[in-house]
Amino acid sequence: MEQLLQHLLNAVVLGGTYALLGIGLTLIFGVMRVANFTHGELYTFGAYMAYALIGPLELNFFVGLAIAVMLGILLGIVIEFMLLRPLQKSDMDTTMLVTIGAWIALQNMELFGWGGVAKSVPHPFPTDPFVIGSVSVAPLRVFVVCVAMVLLVSFYLMINRTTFGIAMRATFQDPEVSSLMGVKINRMFTLTFAIGSGLAASAGALLAPVFVVVPMMGDLVTLKAFAVVILGGLGNIVGATIGGFVLGLAEELGAGYIDSGYRDAMGFILIIAVLLLRPQGLFAPRERTG
Amino acid sequence: MTERGIASILVVLLAVLPLAVNNQYVLFTLTSAGILIIAAMSLNLLLGYAGQLSLGHVAFFGIGAYVSALCSLGFEFYYGAESPLVVPSQPVWLALIWGIVVAGIFGWIIGKLAFRVRGAYFVILTIGFAQVSRMVALNWVSLTNGPMALNNIPPLSGWLPGYGVVPLSGRVENYYLVLAFGILAYWIISRIVHSRVGRALIALRENESLARSVGIKVTRYLVLATVVSAAMAGGAGAIYAHYVRVIDPDVFLFIYTVTMVIMVMTGGKGTLLGPVIGGLIFGIIPELLRHMVRPELQLILYGVAMILIVFFLPQGIVPALAKLGDRVRRKSKIGKTGVLKDSLTT
Repeated sequence: MEQLLQHLLNAVVLGGTYALLGIGLTLIFGVMRVANFTHGELYTFGAYMAYALIGPLELNFFVGLAIAVMLGILLGIVIEFMLLRPLQKSDMDTTMLVTIGAWIALQNMELFGWGGVAKSVPHPFPTDPFVIGSVSVAPLRVFVVCVAMVLLVSFYLMINRTTFGIAMRATFQDPEVSSLMGVKINRMFTLTFAIGSGLAASAGALLAPVFVVVPMMGDLVTLKAFAVVILGGLGNIVGATIGGFVLGLAEELGAGYIDSGYRDAMGFILIIAVLLLRPQGLFAPRERTG
Repeated sequence: MTERGIASILVVLLAVLPLAVNNQYVLFTLTSAGILIIAAMSLNLLLGYAGQLSLGHVAFFGIGAYVSALCSLGFEFYYGAESPLVVPSQPVWLALIWGIVVAGIFGWIIGKLAFRVRGAYFVILTIGFAQVSRMVALNWVSLTNGPMALNNIPPLSGWLPGYGVVPLSGRVENYYLVLAFGILAYWIISRIVHSRVGRALIALRENESLARSVGIKVTRYLVLATVVSAAMAGGAGAIYAHYVRVIDPDVFLFIYTVTMVIMVMTGGKGTLLGPVIGGLIFGIIPELLRHMVRPELQLILYGVAMILIVFFLPQGIVPALAKLGDRVRRKSKIGKTGVLKDSLTT
C-alpha cells in the first residue's frame, strides 16, 4: 500500500511532463496535420540549453529554465519556417520524412556538440525529501510538477478563453474556412509549432535536473509523446493530458511491479492496447477506421 | 535502357569484381552493403509500393538475426515451467529459415495491429516495436545473453565443387552468397510487384478509397506486404548473423533503420533498382568517410540528405535518371523525324 502511494506520487510527477509533451504534439498534429518527429529533439534541446545556462554559464536556476524554454520556442519557429512552411501543401508522409531527417540531424548535432557523456544540471533545491506519512518526494520534483500544472492550466486558459485560442481551435477544425474568417493561417501554423516546441522544451528543461542529459534521450521521448497522443486520440488535447498521466502511471506501476528493465516499453504496450480496443483513442468520438 | 537491362549489367559487374579486385576490405564492405541492400529492398516493398513507412524495420532484421543465431547454436527457453524448453542446435540453413519465418510472423502481428487505422500509427508502432525488441534483447539474458552478445555463431555452409559441403567462412564465398541472395530478393520483389498483389498495393498507395471501391481488400494486402517485407528483412538479418558471427542488442539500433530508409529514398522508392543504387551509394560512402569524419557527423549528413532529397529529388535518383534518359531519347527522335512529332507531344 505504501509502495503503491509512492508509485502514484511519482506517476503524477512523470505524468505532468508527459502531458506537456503530449499536448504539444497533439496540437501540432491537429492544427498542422504534421506528425512531428522533431518533438523529442526539442525536449532534448530544452534540456541541453538548461544545462548550458545553469551549469557552465552559471545563470540563476529559474532564469536559466525560462531562457531554455524561450530558445526552444525559437528553434521551433526556425524549424517551422525553414522546413514545414515550404511543404504546407504536401501530404503528411512528406512532412513526416522531413521531420525524421531533422530529428536525426538535430540529435547528432547534440552528440557532436556535447559529446556522449551524460550531463547533470545543478539545482538549488535541498536534496532531503519531504516525508508525508510513508511517502517521500524530493522538493525538486514538487517544483517540476507545480510548474507543469501551471503550464497546463495556462495552456487551457489560452485555448479556451482568448481570441487567439478560438482562432487556433477554428484552424484545428477547418483551416480554409477559418482563413476566410480572417485567421492568418501562416502565422497560426508558426505559433502552433512554436507553442508545441516550447512545451516540449519546457518538459526537457524541467526534467533535466531530475534525470541526466544525454543526446539520445529524445528517441524515447518522441515515442512516448506519440503514445500519449494515441492514447488520447490524435489531435485531442484533453485526451493527451489524461493520456500523459495514464502513461506516467503505467510506467511507474510497470517498473514497480513487473520489471524495471521494461519501464520504457509501457508506452508501446499502451499503444498496442489502444489499437486493439479503441483505435480512435480513449477519449474520442467514434470515427471511421480501417 | 530497361530496368532489367541495368540490373543484369550490375549483376555481371558485381560477379566479376572479386576476380579483378581481390581486396579483402573491398569485399567486406560490399558484402555488408549487400546485406543492408536486401533489407532496404524489403523496406522498399512497404515504403515504395504500399506507401507505408516502417520506421522500425531493423526490428525484423534483428529478430531474424537472433532467431537464426539461437537456432543454430541451440538454446534453453525458460517460460516459467519447472524445466526449460531445450532446443538443440539446428543445421544453419534450417536456422535461417526459422529466422525468416519468425520475422514474418512478427510482421503479421504488427501489420494486423497497425492497419486497423491509417496514418502515422504504422510508423509509431514500428518504431516502438524496434525499441521494445532491443529492450528484450538486452534484458532477457537467459536467452539472448544480453549485452554479452551471442558468440561463435556458425557460418552458413554450402556445397563447393571439389570440396563437398563446407562452412562458408571466407570473404569471397560470403560475397557470392550475399550476391545470390540479393538477386533472389530482387527477383521475388519484381515478381510481387508485377503481379496482382503488386498492382493492388500500388492502387491503394495512389488512392485508397478508390482501391477500396473497386473491391481491393486494402487491409489484407497491406498486412501481406508487411509479412513479406518483414520476412525478407529477417532473412537479411539471419545472413548477417551467420556472416559476422557475433550479434548483440545493437543490431536493433535505430540508425540501421535510418540507413535503410535513406537508401530507398535516395535510390528511388517504388522502383526495383532504387534500393540497389541507393544502397551501393550509402553502403560505400560511409566506409570512405569513416577515416575522415566522426560517425555523428556522418549521421548529421544523413539527416540533412533526407531533408534535401524530400525537397529537391522527391522521387529519388533512378526515376530522375529515367526521366533524363527519356528526354535524351526524345530529342534524338526529333532529330530523325522532324519537328512535327515534338509539337504533337507537347
